[in-house]
Amino acid sequence: MTLRIYAIAYLVFLYAPIILLPLFAFNDATIIAFPLSGFTTEWFQQLMTTQALHRAAQNSLFIAVLTALLSTILGVCAARAGAMYDFPLKRGILGLVMIPLVLPEIIVAVSLLVVAVQIFDVGLSNWTVIAAHVLICTPFSIAILNGAFQNLDPAMEEAAMDLGESRWSAFRLVTLPLVMPGIIASMLIAFTISLDEFIIAFFLTGANPTMPVYIWGLLRFPASLPVVMALGTILVALSIALLTCAELLRRRGMARVGLKDKGGFI
Amino acid sequence: MTGLIQLNGVNKYYGDYHALRDIDLTINEGEFFSLLGPSGCGKTTLLRTIAGFEGVSGGVVMIGGRDMAGVPANQRPTNMVFQSYAIFPHLTVAENVAFGLRKRPDIDKSTAVDAALDMVGLSGFGHRVAHALSGGQRQRVALARALILKPQVLLLDEPLSALDKKMREQMQVELMRLQRHIGITFILVTHDQEEALVMSDRIAVMFDGKIGQMDDPETLYRRPKTRLVAEFIGKMNFLDAMVKDADITVDVQGLGTCVIAPEQAPSGVTLGAGAVGIRPETLAILFDGETTDRETIQGTVAEVVYYGDMTYYDVTIAGIATPLNIAMKNLIGRPVLDVGDATTVVWDARSLVLLPAAA
Repeated sequence: MTLRIYAIAYLVFLYAPIILLPLFAFNDATIIAFPLSGFTTEWFQQLMTTQALHRAAQNSLFIAVLTALLSTILGVCAARAGAMYDFPLKRGILGLVMIPLVLPEIIVAVSLLVVAVQIFDVGLSNWTVIAAHVLICTPFSIAILNGAFQNLDPAMEEAAMDLGESRWSAFRLVTLPLVMPGIIASMLIAFTISLDEFIIAFFLTGANPTMPVYIWGLLRFPASLPVVMALGTILVALSIALLTCAELLRRRGMARVGLKDKGGFI
Repeated sequence: MTGLIQLNGVNKYYGDYHALRDIDLTINEGEFFSLLGPSGCGKTTLLRTIAGFEGVSGGVVMIGGRDMAGVPANQRPTNMVFQSYAIFPHLTVAENVAFGLRKRPDIDKSTAVDAALDMVGLSGFGHRVAHALSGGQRQRVALARALILKPQVLLLDEPLSALDKKMREQMQVELMRLQRHIGITFILVTHDQEEALVMSDRIAVMFDGKIGQMDDPETLYRRPKTRLVAEFIGKMNFLDAMVKDADITVDVQGLGTCVIAPEQAPSGVTLGAGAVGIRPETLAILFDGETTDRETIQGTVAEVVYYGDMTYYDVTIAGIATPLNIAMKNLIGRPVLDVGDATTVVWDARSLVLLPAAA
């Protein structure tokens, strides 16, 4: 009984603030406070007409899509190398690749800012953000794809080659379909991480802010708080949908090759 | 006669590790050839150099008179059945079997797939998903998939090790039948000596990257050239012996002096200290009421292992350090002896094999 109360308290603590988002997003008042005064979709309409927000959304999407693609490609390379080949210092190298997972983002952000501005002297743009996001997303991609590649029998590709396929076509025809659920899951998670990442984007963004940076800018104007709530509601819905997709795909992939589910992200 | 597959002086190194040492090997067309040895002896590496998955560090691999140096696996006239079968789990049985036909538009797909499935006894299984098959069925799919390309050589890497005993014995017979039926060369890698003896025309026994002995099953079993081979294949009693002259008069520990035939010394005759091997089934226990015109010696039963059809006895004999292992068929009227029973052991000089002294 105590355990149940504890679990419920924990869940409330975890999710109650998020539930406030849609609550106030549809509330007919500029001040964020109870009691609620009435239902409105005005804040969402304001979102639709704010040009600066659209630009920020476009930036974020562009960055998130490219980050998802690049970190997944790097993840496939690393996971495949780790699963199928032995090379000197393999454990050390694979360990180092995973370090950004635990590195504070503020450190990544500051050091990349120094690298970009002082050393390479490139202007801050969406590309600097993409580079940094790829850095922090690749370990997640590797972690997800490792699972997919470890489950793969190394004899599969050899069997395909034995039956006349080249190295590349063996990968394309056998390995790729078998790890595809992992690839999609990796892209979805990298996309989600990149989309709502703030610190790095704040440091490395150019003249056009990403969505989280734009939202942070809005917070200075109390009148725009309900708009932020509306935007937050949309983002939460989107994140949940994406993560659910990722998990469903992972499970379907496991079932398709007849493997037992050994836990996942959700 | 030049064989279909010829290996001359093949060596393979992994860094400092010498995996294959000066392998010379000729395998004939239509032969069922086995590479037998304990794990880590290099038998799988050897198979993979023939398949083209491993390059050689030195020496020549020829298939059908053609040097295979630089020829990748996908261009060799060999196909392989992998130990894990490597059935593609995202494809159906028919798609798996037809996989190799992607590069062979000259072959009619559906006819060939039906014929291949029929050959391995899986007619009508084409639409099944591969991962829902049993171990034996997966193995048949792997066979059909490899044989559909009509390779000159079929390579089998421990194909039966994942099956249970009954299934394994059944598949042994089926594989032999299949090989006789299609008449192509099979090269089997196995660590199971019984499997190799049952199925092969010839066997190469490998230890430590070298071929210890290469012979037909009967010669290998009856005339092993080294203690290592004799120990690995079947059971063997070893007795110290002294070779007294070039006519092979041998003084055998505990048994006495006898003369053996030249073919009983497959590794040659060296005067002085040596050893003889005796298979447990060539010794016998003389039960009450039985008579023999062969040599006999008195002993005491030290251990009894009952197998149902057979009983294995360890019999202690004066002057022999280790008890002799003797296999007896449990024929009608024969009792199973108890530990401590005094017994008469029958032996025959014709069943001895002379081996080099233990190193």
